[in-house]
Amino acid sequence: MKKLKYEQIAAKYRPIENKRKNMLKAFISGGLIGMFGELIIEILCIKTHISRSEAQTYMIIFFIFISSLFTSLGFFDKLVTKYKCGLLIPITGFAHSMTSAALDYKREGLIYGLGSNIFKLSGSVIVYGVLSAWFFGMIRYFIGG
Amino acid sequence: MLLVNSFLFCGLLCLISQIILDNTKLTPGHITSILVVIGAFLDSFSLYDIIIKKVGGGALLPITSFGHSLIHGALAKTSSYGLLGILMGMFDLTASGITSAIIFAAIFSLIFNPKD
Repeated sequence: MKKLKYEQIAAKYRPIENKRKNMLKAFISGGLIGMFGELIIEILCIKTHISRSEAQTYMIIFFIFISSLFTSLGFFDKLVTKYKCGLLIPITGFAHSMTSAALDYKREGLIYGLGSNIFKLSGSVIVYGVLSAWFFGMIRYFIGG
Repeated sequence: MLLVNSFLFCGLLCLISQIILDNTKLTPGHITSILVVIGAFLDSFSLYDIIIKKVGGGALLPITSFGHSLIHGALAKTSSYGLLGILMGMFDLTASGITSAIIFAAIFSLIFNPKD
């Protein structure tokens, strides 16, 4: 009974999120990031005559740098709450989660705070990425050769 | 053409994950982990390479490309080292991304203080 009442009251005060607006925002911001990345690759290839794979690495490092810097300056969090998945799904979300974990746990010391908690949020991506890549790689190795 | 494809691919991936985020109880952590697994799965049949060829930079930025480059590096090493190559080459292609993320995160968090 008490739980039911709580849920009724909670539903009343829950902010109504406009799902369509969220979808549009995520589509446009994510798309712009992807387009910007491709633009950087093409500009680097034309201006500096490096190979495309090298330009791709520079582009990814540039995005990681930008999102780490903006997170530590404090205004990337506001952008993430506004655009949500548009910024969380590209590599910017990975760098953002690492930098924000490092910033949050810095006050607990350098070893047990920053050092051991830096992968707190992004660790799952690495763990499941490696696990699945190992699993599918084994399958591919034995089937496809 | 690559620019338009990048916009559409990256945008659609973000759109799909936003729909999942809004309509289920999954957190962004769940969604990024699922996308990494999907990326690794797609590349085990070399499908993601075809996508990258058609889309360009827009396919490299989403987190699915992380799973793709993990398995891609692992499979590239198997040609010379056999089964051991899967363990040796796992981080070959993503090393630059992970290393730079660690370095920037550590340096910037030492320089700046959290703002709340």
